Amino acid sequence: MGRESRLTERIKAANAAGRMAVVPYLPFGYPDRARFWAEFEAMDAAGADVIEIGVPFSDPVADGPVIEEAVNKVLEDGVTLAEIIAGLRTRAGTVRAGVVLMGYVNPFMQYGWERLADDAAAAGVHGFIIPDMPFEESGEVRGILGARGLDLIPLVGLNTSPERLAMYADGATGFAYFVSVLGTTGARESLPEEIFERLALARKAFSVPVALGFGIGAPEQARRFLGLADAVIIGSALVKHVGAGGSAKAFLEPFLK
Amino acid sequence: MNPTESGYFGEFGGRYVPELLMPPVLELTRAVQEIVPSEGFQAELKAALRDYVGRPSALYRCPNISKDLGLNLWLKREDLNHTGAHKINNCIGQALLTRMMGKPRMIAETGAGQHGVATATAAAMLGLECVVYMGAVDVERQAHNVRRMQLLGATVVAVQSGTKTLKDAINVALKDWIANQRTTHYCIGSVVGPHPFPQLVRDFQAVIGQEALEQFAARNMGGLPDAVVACVGGGSNAMGMFHAFVPHESVRLIGVEAAGSGEPGCWHSATLTKGTLGVFQGVRTKLLQTADGQIDPSHSIAPGLDYPGVGPEHAFLQSAGRAEYVCLNDDRALNGFFTLCRREGIIPALESSHAVGWVLDNPGLLPKGGHVVVCLSGRGDKDMGIVEDVLARQGGEGK
Repeated sequence: MGRESRLTERIKAANAAGRMAVVPYLPFGYPDRARFWAEFEAMDAAGADVIEIGVPFSDPVADGPVIEEAVNKVLEDGVTLAEIIAGLRTRAGTVRAGVVLMGYVNPFMQYGWERLADDAAAAGVHGFIIPDMPFEESGEVRGILGARGLDLIPLVGLNTSPERLAMYADGATGFAYFVSVLGTTGARESLPEEIFERLALARKAFSVPVALGFGIGAPEQARRFLGLADAVIIGSALVKHVGAGGSAKAFLEPFLK
Repeated sequence: MNPTESGYFGEFGGRYVPELLMPPVLELTRAVQEIVPSEGFQAELKAALRDYVGRPSALYRCPNISKDLGLNLWLKREDLNHTGAHKINNCIGQALLTRMMGKPRMIAETGAGQHGVATATAAAMLGLECVVYMGAVDVERQAHNVRRMQLLGATVVAVQSGTKTLKDAINVALKDWIANQRTTHYCIGSVVGPHPFPQLVRDFQAVIGQEALEQFAARNMGGLPDAVVACVGGGSNAMGMFHAFVPHESVRLIGVEAAGSGEPGCWHSATLTKGTLGVFQGVRTKLLQTADGQIDPSHSIAPGLDYPGVGPEHAFLQSAGRAEYVCLNDDRALNGFFTLCRREGIIPALESSHAVGWVLDNPGLLPKGGHVVVCLSGRGDKDMGIVEDVLARQGGEGK
């Protein structure tokens, strides 16, 4: 093992300060390009530990209606992966937060994995979340990303068996993404009870921090997992808030306390 | 051939699904290995195909067109199956599997409604709850099929996301499967999606080619046809037709895709002829996409061919040079439709009309006096609305 991943480092620093790390998600170009970058910078300044940038794809099978609608809108505006990387490159070295690109296989594949890994590393990206790439399909990509010090964040959930948890945990870097529901992204009022037991199993399996995502929309909901998860990912609720004209910074502040 | 254990035909195939879907996908993979080959399953499937679907379907030599073309045109009459198309072969198989896996609920996507009707039919027959996802645009265009599904006891859900057509219906069906995997089987309608679906659906459709091979041999002194031809959207009727013939290398395998209106820059569904490699809806295959990897809308006058992806085994057969893929414009498919109506008294589905139309346009590419078997995958009653619109636009009777 080389030095610790920047993503792990950021999450551990938040934990050391006595709170769960906060990982906001916004699709690139939402609600428009200028506001996206303004919100990105504001979230970074507000102390977001890791920022997840959504790479838009026309057919997002792991996302619920809020994110899907946001993504359709930005695709109509013609946003591209190249543009995300270019925008990050101009900000490289100025961003405090860890940066993760979350997107589906096809746009990454068309960009070219080797070129993507080179360009993303140069632009200050630290990792990737690729929801339609399960362990079995990930070998080559993990190697290409790993060679540039980029983490491929594993996604696991309520129905991931101990055997599969172990598969993902072996050699995992950055953090692990624990999906709180058997479903798609989107804030929910209540989360299934079995989550506590399953989350504990995942936390035991991984040596990297475990972030809880899907369905988290309110700070009091997140606080229930203090000590059970190392980080919390906030997606749909934030997207909805920003889409309605609200500021991401104001939305995140109660989570950062 | 069979795919590798991880579901690859050469470089095509695989399982590009969220981890949350891996448990049901792996459960299905085991069921395909253990339940499908079992004696009990096979006996029940065989009986249902015979007594309920009406198999074997006829192999019919078209006397008039054969004379016109100077070759022997044979039709494998999947249009004569219960529900009027090949789709039922797969749905009966998957519905039996659903029941034997102990799941009470089956979901499906549908474009034009044919696979939805076939799924609703099989679910009714086996007492399974059935939900069919259909793009909102298609719900409007195919109101008649929506009512048929409802009559059969299925719930039809209009999908409002994306392009509101087939691909979006598949996205929503996949999401339902993630959420309800403990009780639900996803009965996918073509040889697409993550492994094991391309193999599973092909194996349920392979009865088409197996019967055609035996029927042809019985009537032609043990011989083989020179070519078999089938339309390709996702590719299930074509894969079903080709499978038994793949090892017989003297038989040309020809898949006909939909080229749309044929105007420069038009939307079409010619994935194998004009698409590029990518990953979409669980599988690595050829796709219609932009340079940035966004999926392009597709189009065909035949709603069942209107899909921007294609089964991975077709992409493999093409890359290996074992099958040829060509494409045909809407108006030449309509020529196939009208010719079969007028000359043979058979109203074909617009999908199957692509295969017929290609043979009518290209007899010179086939041996003179030779034998060509076309998969007539469905009947055309469902297409009366589209055909009436065409006739109204042309102000004629269709020539």
